[in-house]
Amino acid sequence: MLDTAMLQARHSLRYYHAGEGKVLEIRNLHATIDGKEILKGIDLTVKAGEIHAIMGPNGSGKSTLAKVLAGHPSYQVTEGEVIYQGKNLLELPPDERAREGVFLAFQYPIEIPGVSNANFLRMAYNEVRKHRGEEELDPLEFDDLIRERIKIVEMDTSFINRSVNEGFSGGEKKRNEILQMAVLEPKLAVLDETDSGLDIDALRIVAGGVNKLATPDNAIILVTHYQRLLNYITPDRVHVLFNGCIVKSGGKELALELEQKGYDWLKANQRVTA
Amino acid sequence: MLQLVKEKDSYLSALRPFVESRSGKDPAWLERLREEAALSFEALDFPTTRHEEWKYTNIGPILKVQFRHALDQGGQRPVAQCLERVTFPESRHSQLVFIDGLYAPELSDRSGAPSGVVISNLAEVPAAHSDVVREHLAAYADYRGDVFTALNTAFLGDGAFVYIPHGKVVEAPIHLLFVSAARAASTISHPRTLVVAGRGAMATIIESYASLAEDIHFTNAVTEVVAGEGAVLDHYRLQEESESGFHIGTTQVSQERDSRYSSCAISVGAEIARHNLNVLLDDENTESVIDGLYVVAGRQHTDSHTSIDHAKPHSTSRQLYKGILDGRSRAVFSGKVFVREGALLTDAKQMNKNLLLSSEATVDTKPQLEIFADDVKCAHGATVGQLEEEEMFYLETRGLTPESARTLLTYGFAEDVISKIRVPSVRRQLDKLVLTKLHQSLEVR
Repeated sequence: MLDTAMLQARHSLRYYHAGEGKVLEIRNLHATIDGKEILKGIDLTVKAGEIHAIMGPNGSGKSTLAKVLAGHPSYQVTEGEVIYQGKNLLELPPDERAREGVFLAFQYPIEIPGVSNANFLRMAYNEVRKHRGEEELDPLEFDDLIRERIKIVEMDTSFINRSVNEGFSGGEKKRNEILQMAVLEPKLAVLDETDSGLDIDALRIVAGGVNKLATPDNAIILVTHYQRLLNYITPDRVHVLFNGCIVKSGGKELALELEQKGYDWLKANQRVTA
Repeated sequence: MLQLVKEKDSYLSALRPFVESRSGKDPAWLERLREEAALSFEALDFPTTRHEEWKYTNIGPILKVQFRHALDQGGQRPVAQCLERVTFPESRHSQLVFIDGLYAPELSDRSGAPSGVVISNLAEVPAAHSDVVREHLAAYADYRGDVFTALNTAFLGDGAFVYIPHGKVVEAPIHLLFVSAARAASTISHPRTLVVAGRGAMATIIESYASLAEDIHFTNAVTEVVAGEGAVLDHYRLQEESESGFHIGTTQVSQERDSRYSSCAISVGAEIARHNLNVLLDDENTESVIDGLYVVAGRQHTDSHTSIDHAKPHSTSRQLYKGILDGRSRAVFSGKVFVREGALLTDAKQMNKNLLLSSEATVDTKPQLEIFADDVKCAHGATVGQLEEEEMFYLETRGLTPESARTLLTYGFAEDVISKIRVPSVRRQLDKLVLTKLHQSLEVR
């Protein structure tokens, strides 16, 4: 008993030192693809329970940031560091990041013919459970779980047995991403343009799903070009990414300002500073 | 050339004791057929890679081995328990088993055959059906022009005979199992199968080739299938022999009016495997669905040669062959689709897709269309690809290890062929074979 208590105490102490509820800390992050620098010094801190929105014009580096956090092999980090729950995230391969609780909802979810959603999700879920030292679920137990979670995204249960994303509409693919998030329960979820290509119903469902999945223990980063998603999900912080740098940060009202002003003022600003 | 003659001598020298062993057991027409086949075997040369049809498959390693024909000299036959791994519960009462080419009555069970349906050893066909055998045996497979078919026909003795008469529907799949038991070193066997489906008959045939040991052996198989008017035949061919075996097989199919033939040819075993599938759509309104899957690793070589011959109007064929290659394996696909003069309104689609899991694996694919008729719909194509980085990344971001991601994607690639298999235990067997094979390759890596 004593041992366990001490262990817990030590553990929480370490957690405390790891960063006062910080889930993610990005410091001076530079990243390139094919030798071209896309991220040019990003600094960002996200705490547990927070929702951050990263906005910006096309080509500003939003999706690159999302992919670098997930560990996409095409991008090279040339400078800076990313601390995730006290660990150096950049040292981990993509699958370990995922098992540690990092989740990326893809802008363009991949179709996987011949692999059912159920089998895929069960394999993924069990990998995470194994990593946490928990027992794996058998197909029947997992079926109960997925039938419960699928309600969050208001999808028909027939989707469970279809091939992953194959023949899904754009909206169905995005809802499937949120279903995966609901099953895997990540500590840090990065949603890359999850609102693009959605009709109004799908937007409402996807946003509703994200709101249900946001807890005081996890953190969510919404990468989006448009403000409309933020009508449904209220961010704690909004950051404007431009030309590989965060040029402005603020509260939720910044999103409205951007919606009114567009992104052209950024380009004008840059010309002035240049 | 001298060497080739010597190689053939060793096959021919086994013929005399074989013919003696059959003496007095077979009708005169069969004896004549064997003699004729032996003569054409003597006259024909083994193909080299200079032959167009054998350009990518070198049978040199097979010809180097001195094989021995398994005459029935007793010896320890395998018991039923040894076969559990390679038999299917759906066919428990409709299976014929051959050990090294010889019929094994104690391992066979024909009790499930509906009345009128014949499931029999070719050498012991009841007199009432000997006319059917005489009419069809060796009437389709070309023993005059194909050296391996000639060799098989010269050794015609035991074999599988399935006859589904007019209007009969056989629900349980009929399993014809050819096992290489390697009781003696370097055994050769010449499995022979004849399937005749009468007018409106329906049946499912599982023809499978398996090994009980890892020894070198050579299986030289010939199968003839006749789908009578309006007959519906589902034919699975599963080659899962040991990776030190050699397998050469020909399936010759003849389809009459309104018949439907579907084939799924699976090749996962043998060091060198070659399967020729020739389908003749010999009458109007015939339909053929020709699927295949080959999975090879290590230094395996597999060759699928298909020919789909649309001879008459209003016939349809759909062909999908998929291949998964790992290690330093090599695969060949050659698919010919002929549309003969007058075969109007033919609808033929052919596709061959290959997935290379290793940079050292090679595939040669050759889809060919030869059209001599107007007003037809034909399409064909071939792809050779690798696992997509984006697909791997997607699965990895969900926590799957690169190994699991690779296995899942590879399995997914083959799934559309596997999922069409309608006998559940065959599908499960194939799942197991594919996954085992992929896992093996993973450990090698």
